[in-house]
Amino acid sequence: MSSTVLITIICLSLIALISAVILYFIAQKFKIFEDPKIDEVQALLPAVNCGGCGFAGCRNFAEALVKAKDFEGLNCPVGGAPVMGEVAKLLGKEAPVVEPLVAVLLCNGSPENRPHTSKYDGVSDCRIVNSLYIGETDCSYGCLGLGDCVRACKFDAMHMNTETGLPVIIDEKCVSCGACVKACPRNIIELRKKAKKDRKIYVACSNCDKGGPARRACKVACIACNKCFNVCEFNAITIENNLAYIDAFKCTFCRKCVNECPTGSIVELNFPPRKPKVELQTEVTTV
Amino acid sequence: MKTFPLGGVHPPENKLTANSQIQYLPVPESVIIPVSQHIGAPASVIVNKGDTVKTGQVIAESKGFVSTNIHSSVSGKVNKIDTAIDTSGYKQTAVFIDVEGDEWVESIDRSDKIKTEIRLSSGDIIKKCHESGIVGLGGATFPSHVKLNVPAGKKCEVLIINGVECEPYLTSDHRLMLEKGEEILIGVTILMKALKVEKAIIGIENNKPDAIDHLTKLAVQFHGISVHPLKVKYPQGAEKQLIKALINREVPSGRLPLDVNAVVHNVGTAFAVYEAVQKNKPLFERVVTITGKSLAKPGNYFVRIGTPVSKLIEAAGGIPEDTGKIVSGGPMMGKSLVNINVPVVKGTSGIILFPHGESERMETGPCIRCGKCISVCALNLEPYLLMMLSLRSLFERAEKEHITDCMECGCCSYTCPAGRPLLDYIRLGKSTVIKMTRERVVK
Repeated sequence: MSSTVLITIICLSLIALISAVILYFIAQKFKIFEDPKIDEVQALLPAVNCGGCGFAGCRNFAEALVKAKDFEGLNCPVGGAPVMGEVAKLLGKEAPVVEPLVAVLLCNGSPENRPHTSKYDGVSDCRIVNSLYIGETDCSYGCLGLGDCVRACKFDAMHMNTETGLPVIIDEKCVSCGACVKACPRNIIELRKKAKKDRKIYVACSNCDKGGPARRACKVACIACNKCFNVCEFNAITIENNLAYIDAFKCTFCRKCVNECPTGSIVELNFPPRKPKVELQTEVTTV
Repeated sequence: MKTFPLGGVHPPENKLTANSQIQYLPVPESVIIPVSQHIGAPASVIVNKGDTVKTGQVIAESKGFVSTNIHSSVSGKVNKIDTAIDTSGYKQTAVFIDVEGDEWVESIDRSDKIKTEIRLSSGDIIKKCHESGIVGLGGATFPSHVKLNVPAGKKCEVLIINGVECEPYLTSDHRLMLEKGEEILIGVTILMKALKVEKAIIGIENNKPDAIDHLTKLAVQFHGISVHPLKVKYPQGAEKQLIKALINREVPSGRLPLDVNAVVHNVGTAFAVYEAVQKNKPLFERVVTITGKSLAKPGNYFVRIGTPVSKLIEAAGGIPEDTGKIVSGGPMMGKSLVNINVPVVKGTSGIILFPHGESERMETGPCIRCGKCISVCALNLEPYLLMMLSLRSLFERAEKEHITDCMECGCCSYTCPAGRPLLDYIRLGKSTVIKMTRERVVK
């Protein structure tokens, strides 16, 4: 009885030993060399696998960083300058200065501004509505309000405002990964330069129709009247396809265009309230 | 009785207007004629603002081979060339004409006399169809001259004429067969001559026994034309299903009817071809069914292209109070209108007003894996799977599952007991896959 047990143990141990030796040699033969730096770089990255850098995930991006000659075009929008700086230090390279960005919705078509003309009772999916028909309003460019962007956001930086029916972007949480930009079938979310105190001036409209039809569809549509273009001293405003665009990199936040816009399609956000205008008191003189 | 073997449904027929004779809708005060009423390149406008046009005059010229001419459906003055919304609500270029009188182009034969003798040669017939703006009037609006042009190396043996009208409610083809039977048969003979075939089969579902009788009697006088009754089943009017039902040939995935030596045309198209070739009358008028359960006077009308849908509804007694949705086309494949001022176009086969209670969507539940959608799919696809793949953006996988074969007949959505929006997602997946493959070709 005891010999059976002994033989079994010896046999199994021998098999294990032989297998281990074989496996060791196979592992040596087919060994894939992986730069240990990749692991180190990956450890520095935020590990959210959002794809904002344009790669499949953080590991993929780390590989690209290690292989790259310089960091041109490589940037982790989530980590931003601090993370990229550390990675650069580790790899002995220089990180180019990349301005932080933030997602901005280029539409202000709340039901108040943009009346609904039909009722959609189908699937709650912007892509489907966009391919099916114009949407519940008469604007074929604006927000459809079914929240594809909100579902695409992995950082909880977006939610739908039930009153306006438009998505709201929380600046502090937005990492500018661009997932919402890709998710939007109407391409009305833009990544714009993040300014001090989250101040923003932008044309909250994407309507490329001529003034008349655009205005009929939405009260706050850009009608390409050129007033903002004329008032801007910094060449930050361009008008193309019946639509004004403010370049966030050139804009100096002087707010002149906001005052000038007749439809109110230029929006200013997070500014301190304006000083009340000193109205000229005209005294009625009675004789 | 013949039918296609795979899948299909039989929705309530509701052919309310089967007995109402086709009437002529009065010419409206103004028309809006879009330049893209067909599949393919939009036509380019050749008239200017302020020009006077006659009924039947070309106002937009065909651009490229898969494209066709657009004619003025009224006489009057071009008010403007601007964008107008189509059934989907999106804007496209259109010619706005203010009507003054009704003066037709002189070359059009306006007499009622039926012309039997076909003078034109095969090539001339195809050219005439192209010039006259003939498109498939079954609803797909594919330019007919393209289908008549048999490419070298391919042979057409049989012409199939689609008189199925499998969509519920619609009766425009049915009435046309009853009232213009002889014209249709001459049209079929013209199409046979253009295709150089000896045999034509007209397929009609047996819920239209009067049309079957009428055409069978008339067909005796015509060489090579036979009429076949078919069992009522939707989507029998689809090209591939009709070919399978009538001549038992299967068009392979991604191929055309010509690959099984057949060409399919609609009865409406045959009538339009007759008018174009024998009467010199281009396509600027078509039969439209206006129907609905609570509509006061549903009926069939000859409507000038570009007439606002609102005029048609007015003629039928106005919008009933309980209307929930107005659909252009059949109830299975049609689209809801966003605005009743959109014009009737070449592809408008019917306008249906659905009351509340019938127009709403079912509440969506989870998929219970009953497999009903698979059993009704006429193309042997797996709708539940295709939906899930599109929902999760797995478009490469959807392509492998032949999502592009889907003809969007809607049987799956119709039959789903959980009311799942199968077709909505499949359509999305299909368009994405088509875009993807096109990009691949460009690369």
